[in-house]
Order: sequence, then C-alpha cells, then structure tokens
Amino acid sequence: MLKQVEGSAAVAEAVALCRPQVICAYPISPQTHIVEGLGKLVSAGQLTPCEFINVESEFAAMSVAIGASAAGARAYTATASQGLLFMAEAVFNAAGLGLPIVMTVANRAIGAPINIWNDHTDALSQRDCGWIQLFAEDNQEALDLHIQAFRLAEQLSVPVMVCMDGFILTHAYERVDMPTQEQVDAYLPPYDPRQVLDPADPVSIGAMVGPEAFMEVRYLAHAKQRQALELIPAWASEFRQIFGRESGGLTHSYCIDDADIVVVALGSVLGTIKDTVDAMRERGVKIGVLGITCFRPWPSAAVRAALSGAKRVVVLEKSLAVGLGGIVSNNVSAAYHGSADDVYTVVAGLGGRSITRTSLTRVFDAAVDGTLEHLTFLDLDTSLVERVLAREREQRHTGPIAEGILRDLGVVAAKIG
Amino acid sequence: MFQVRIHGRGGQGVVTAAEVLSVAGFREGRHAQAFPSFGSERTGAPVVAFCRLDTKPIRLREPILAPDALIIQDPTLLHQVDVFGGLEADGYILINTSRSFEELGLEDFAAGFRAERMCTVPATEIALKHVGRPLPNAALLGGFAAISSQISLESVSAAIREKFPTKVAEANIAAATEAHAFVTQEMREAARA
Repeated sequence: MLKQVEGSAAVAEAVALCRPQVICAYPISPQTHIVEGLGKLVSAGQLTPCEFINVESEFAAMSVAIGASAAGARAYTATASQGLLFMAEAVFNAAGLGLPIVMTVANRAIGAPINIWNDHTDALSQRDCGWIQLFAEDNQEALDLHIQAFRLAEQLSVPVMVCMDGFILTHAYERVDMPTQEQVDAYLPPYDPRQVLDPADPVSIGAMVGPEAFMEVRYLAHAKQRQALELIPAWASEFRQIFGRESGGLTHSYCIDDADIVVVALGSVLGTIKDTVDAMRERGVKIGVLGITCFRPWPSAAVRAALSGAKRVVVLEKSLAVGLGGIVSNNVSAAYHGSADDVYTVVAGLGGRSITRTSLTRVFDAAVDGTLEHLTFLDLDTSLVERVLAREREQRHTGPIAEGILRDLGVVAAKIG
Repeated sequence: MFQVRIHGRGGQGVVTAAEVLSVAGFREGRHAQAFPSFGSERTGAPVVAFCRLDTKPIRLREPILAPDALIIQDPTLLHQVDVFGGLEADGYILINTSRSFEELGLEDFAAGFRAERMCTVPATEIALKHVGRPLPNAALLGGFAAISSQISLESVSAAIREKFPTKVAEANIAAATEAHAFVTQEMREAARA
C-alpha cells in the first residue's frame, strides 16, 4: 500500500512486519523515531509475541540483542554515531559468535566536535567488524533492505547493519510502498537458528579459541561474507518477484554503459548525483553513476565490471580516513582495473554539510577537464582553515580549535543551507 | 517540480507544516518530499522546513535554495534570516502577519514580484480563534492552497485529519478554511488594483 510517511515510521513498520521477537535499544538521534515507533506497536499489542527491552546504554542494547539471538529469538536494535562506538566491543562479538542480529544505523557524524548531523563515519568505522553493511538510497529501499536483512542474516548466521542517512532519510516524509504481512511472510521464513541456548539441551557459546584454530574461525567469517556476495543478488531478484520492485542487490548502475566518467557513492546522496548527471548528460558529457548498496562484503567483482568502461572514477564519500583520504575510494581503487591515478576522491557532506547540484557539477566538470585534485573536500572553506593555521603559526596558546573556528565564523544559526 | 520553503521558529509547527503539505500532495497523486533543516531544535530558534511536489519521483536531497513559494510563519524573522534568499521572480510569498507589506517595510522588495502572489494573512489570530493556541501552521497551509493553486483546501484538510486527533484536526481545518477565504479575497483585491 502506498503511504506518505516519515522514513523512520516506514522502517519501524517494515521491521514489525518481519516479526522480531526481541527489540532492545537506547535512544540516540537520529535513530530514535524508529524504536519509538516499534515501542508503540509493542505496547499497543500490535506486535506479538515481541518483547521491547529498555536498556541503559548502547553497550547493553547490543549485549541484550546477543543474548536474545543466542536464545533463538529474532533480535533487532538500532543506533547511530557515538552509540555505535559505545557498543563496538559487543558489535564485534555479535559477528564473531555468528548471531544474526539486524541493526539499523541512522548514519551520523562522530565527535569531537559533537555533531548530530549526517555523514557515514559511524558505520564505516565498523566496516571490518564482520557485519554485513547495506546502504539505502531512499526510504523505500531502507524499508526493503530491512526485510532482506533478516533473511540474509539468518540464512548465513551473520549480523546485518542497514545504514540509512540520518535526518536526510530518517526524518524525510516521502512516498513508500508498504508491503503486506503475506508478502513478508512469503519472503522471510521463521528463524531456524544453527545454534541455540536451551536449558533442556545445554551448550556453551563463546568458547576461548587459541592460536590452534582462531585463524580458521576468522577465515570462516570471511568465507561467509563471500557467500553473501552470491546470495544478495539472488535474493534481491526473489524480492522483485514477490514485491514487484528493484531493491537491494550489490550495486546499482545508472547511465554507465557509455560513460567515460563514473561517480561512485553510497546512500541518499545518489539521488542528487543522478539529477546532476542528467543535467550534464544534456550537455553531452558521458558520465554515469555507480551506487554501492552492499559495502560489506565488498563486491569487488561487481564494482570492477561496472567500472570496466570508465576512464576516470570519482568516488564521492561522506567519510574521511584522517591522514589517508577516502575510505570508499580505497576500496574502489583496489577493484578498479585501471590505474589508481584515475580514481579521484571527493570527501563531501561531513557533519551534515549540504551537498548541492551546483557543487557536484563543479567537481564533476573538473574531473572531465582533468583538473580535479586526487583528494578534494567539497565546499571546504579554505579561508577559515587558513585563519586557524595562521593563528597556530603565530602563537602557541591558541585554545580549542572548534571554539576558535566558530568565533571566526560568527553566528550561523540563520543560514538556510 | 514545485518547491516550498517554510520559515518559522521552534514550537510553531514549521516541520509539521511541511509534512502535512507533503501528505496533501501525496493525496492528490503527486510525489512529495518534506524534510526539516536539521538543527538542534530549541523553542524560538529559527527553523526551516522544505517541501517538494512533483509529478515524478523526487531524488534531489539538497535544501531548497531557489523556492517557488515561501511561507513565513513569523514576521520577526524578516530582519534575522535571509528568508527571501533565492526566491524565483514569479514566486509566491505568504507571510503570517496582520500588517501589510508596506507596513512591514517590504514595499520596494515586493514591487519586484507579482502583486497577486504576495499575500499576508493573520494566521496567528485565526489560529487563536479556532485552535485556541498561537499555532499558525494549518491556517498558513489553507492560505498557501489559495495563493499557489498547487493544492486544494480539501487535500490540506484531509492531510490535517490524517496527522491529528479529530478534535484538534477539526479546529485546525476551520483555521485553514478561514485563512483560505482571507487570502482568496486578498488576491481578488490585488488583481483589481
């Protein structure tokens, strides 16, 4: 059924259709509306049997999810930003134990400086934790990916993170097609755990493994993720048969067949990029887009194939490996058949900085002209940076950077973009 | 695509207005996207929300920098925020005030735009009368339906019913209806002038 709802409400409803049995979460913006929505469904008796557990921290949220999942329950939680970091130890444990928890990450920047706005630093900081990481382009895909995530997680006994841009998607009202319970039931079978803690048939989960087998356990985790690379496209196609639309898969290509330049990105910024590319194509520029839906496991072969005709690749990412440059672009470079010199990194939208068509057009045109730097920070205010650097050259006791830069900038509360 | 930017202050229902407008657009079979300018919400602080309406799916996620219409929920923002920034030359402006553009000191500015698309409506007074609280958003959406012809008053009313409990909804619909009539009359006068 078509609906005009907030992204968080759409995801809450989709998660409820997946019949989770335990939901535990600790509130943090911009994720909060999702678990509030689920909490209301549980308290109204509209989602049964399901236990909603209020916990005292994100570390507890993931620990409860681990316990619930180990006891054979379908478990769900959601978090963002510092919340994800606070639960990091348990996040690694969930993956290492092979527990198929599904978690929404409403992507948000990481402090300091404290910032509640969107970028991908939170999810990408956990890229090697052993979870599958899927990124939604719009709210329809966000809700669809949750349905696919439970199936994928439980089939492989691997936890899955569904990443959706905080505020930009979680707080946006847009049209979604909400599936029926029958459709979701047809796609997602009941959870049949490989391992379960049952007092009637006691086992232990979480053995200490020494050098004799630790490498093998880690290798098996890697092998499972490689298996996911085959299952994800197959299940996206099964999803299309039942739900009647394209959602999920490893990557999405747009206008790449004849493209000399391909822009690679994750998440909701793909929409703005596609509008920019349409306008550039009207001028005759051969440019296309590759959206990465599945970031972990990294779909090397799919990326390599999609970029096979590209002479230059621009990776636009909402993340920064401080001291290196791009995170996504590093992965793309490894998959690209051509020279790493032809892969350009554009770091954009950190801490919620708006990414506009005007700015995108400027960097994409520079890529066409061959004048783009290999590492570019979109709309970086260089004069602001220079003032700080100059101050630091001139004096020792310059004080905290964030406070100093805000003083230089003056009042910005009234800015529209 | 038709783009609306709504300016107001925290607590005036700015974000809700954009959401309700998007639901009204959806009810008319259009694609609609509403989103707030994501700040740390504080009562009284300047707040912006956006709504796009289109006949095809909306992919764009940038803030609305060149709006087709502006709804200004609080006239005290005129001296604090660049509320008119990027407005298209044939754009629409609806301001919540009991004063005129001249009285607001906007005579010269308004002269650059089409008179019948520049309207004011005492939305706070109308809201106090019907809703009993100074929440001008529903009244302004009624006025917006009149000024822009982008959406019908019936769709705005249906969207309000979807969002609020019956009693609150009916009071807000009454406010929207009165503001719609007020703006319609104002446009007639502007067209005659």
